Amino acid sequence: MKLFKDKKTSGLMSSPYIAWAVIFILVPLGMVLYYGLTDNAGSFTFQNVARIAEPGYMKALLRSIELSLISTLICFILAYPLGLILSSMKLQRDTFLVTLFILPMWMNFLLRTLTWMTLLEGKGVINTVLTFLHLPTINIINTPGAIILGMVYNFLPFMILPIYNALSRIDENVINAARDLGAGQLQTFLRIILPLSLPGIISGITMVFIPALTTFAISTMLGGSKILLIGNIIEQQFTQVYDWHLGSGLSIVLMIFILINMIIENLADKEGGTF
Amino acid sequence: MKKFFERLYLGILLVFMYAPIVTLIVLSFNSSKSRARWGGFTFKWYLQLFSDEAVASAMINTLSIAVLATIISTIIGTFTCIAMIGLSPKLRSLIMGVTNIPMINADIVTGISLMLLFRFLHISTGFNTILLAHITFNIPFVMLSVIPRIKNMNFYVYEAALDLGATPVYAFVKTLLPDLVPGIVSGALMAFTMSLDDFIITYFTKGSGFETLSTLIYNEVKRGIQPEIYALSAIIFVVVLVLLMVVYRSPSSKSKEK
Repeated sequence: MKLFKDKKTSGLMSSPYIAWAVIFILVPLGMVLYYGLTDNAGSFTFQNVARIAEPGYMKALLRSIELSLISTLICFILAYPLGLILSSMKLQRDTFLVTLFILPMWMNFLLRTLTWMTLLEGKGVINTVLTFLHLPTINIINTPGAIILGMVYNFLPFMILPIYNALSRIDENVINAARDLGAGQLQTFLRIILPLSLPGIISGITMVFIPALTTFAISTMLGGSKILLIGNIIEQQFTQVYDWHLGSGLSIVLMIFILINMIIENLADKEGGTF
Repeated sequence: MKKFFERLYLGILLVFMYAPIVTLIVLSFNSSKSRARWGGFTFKWYLQLFSDEAVASAMINTLSIAVLATIISTIIGTFTCIAMIGLSPKLRSLIMGVTNIPMINADIVTGISLMLLFRFLHISTGFNTILLAHITFNIPFVMLSVIPRIKNMNFYVYEAALDLGATPVYAFVKTLLPDLVPGIVSGALMAFTMSLDDFIITYFTKGSGFETLSTLIYNEVKRGIQPEIYALSAIIFVVVLVLLMVVYRSPSSKSKEK
């Protein structure tokens, strides 16, 4: 591959973007680290990061982890069978069906969340219907349950897409070979289909877990103002309290989670890469 | 029997995903302001929406940022992908590593990091800062969709064109660029939708007094939902539906499946 005779031209042509990436990706992250690791006077401190251990912040972090893990699990349980069904339908119209399942992804994220506000309200649509049918009403708005529902509804397409892609890329001959060699349906699934779709599962989990862990809009809209997630705490530091140092310090904690996630994904990628 | 359960499962999930949206659309025609009562059919929320200047300006802001960010990020992204062909693999993977950061990072961290940068540089927040932020998170989508195309390019045709006397630029445009177009188009589409849909990064980089659709909706929701917003949702849903149908029917859609 030699499009250009010398590396200099390539380097010169890439330099505008390299400069862009440094200014708008690396420097800003460096600033988060700087603010997170300094106090008002500008001297180095771990104080801001360590404040995550304070009961209020710790509680928000643990709650975020709990709710986002539950949401990710539910998304996976819903999406995997769907991926299996969709990938087994080798019809021309399956692209349309797949599109139908990921279409809500293109609708504004806030409108999707707002929908559930309307449905779940005390005198909202669902309860009106339930009352009409003489059934007991449900009151899950402003509870963790509503937040989980909002997360699942919002992020489900992000789980469906990678799982479907991984499953539909599995060579049918591999599955047929397993069957020919005497593997039962369950064995084929456990030893062929599941391992081969693992990269899709992992990327789906990352794509749901990180946004769910760090959201503040869903908890504001569906959790009332009482249930604070770590995203809400950080958002408040920047938009209400104006404590950039603390906000950045708590963001560093989030970045640690993202880093762990990245490492897991990279490991899985290497395993999947042997195929 | 198995088929029946499969259909049933697909059906239940489709209802879960679409029933809420259908409800919003129905409510957008409800003349009663209450969400619990049907007060008769009306178009008044739509009329109110169209005469609402805040919504109109937010709409214009959203669209102009999305269009500009898409064009600029597509140009920068494509240009860089082509330039990277000649770089050493080590440098290439370093660039891609940095490029991946905004995709992997949580939006809230990207948002506050850019906000800190703009505050530090004393750039007044508003249209420009949102545009810069959107270009930044759009470039990775463009590059990640162009790069697979570059890997599959046939450079012999390009060299043949050079041997036959074409100038490098002419040869590139005639032989290599056509192969890249599907990747560029799907990257640009991805960038455009990401830009339209973004809330969190916009929220942190917008400053006060400047609203896009997302931030406007967020403010409205905090104050209490107006039926106008339902009308807006219905319109957005229909537009998205039509656009996706068009995109998926077009021949270039195959590139999306990789």
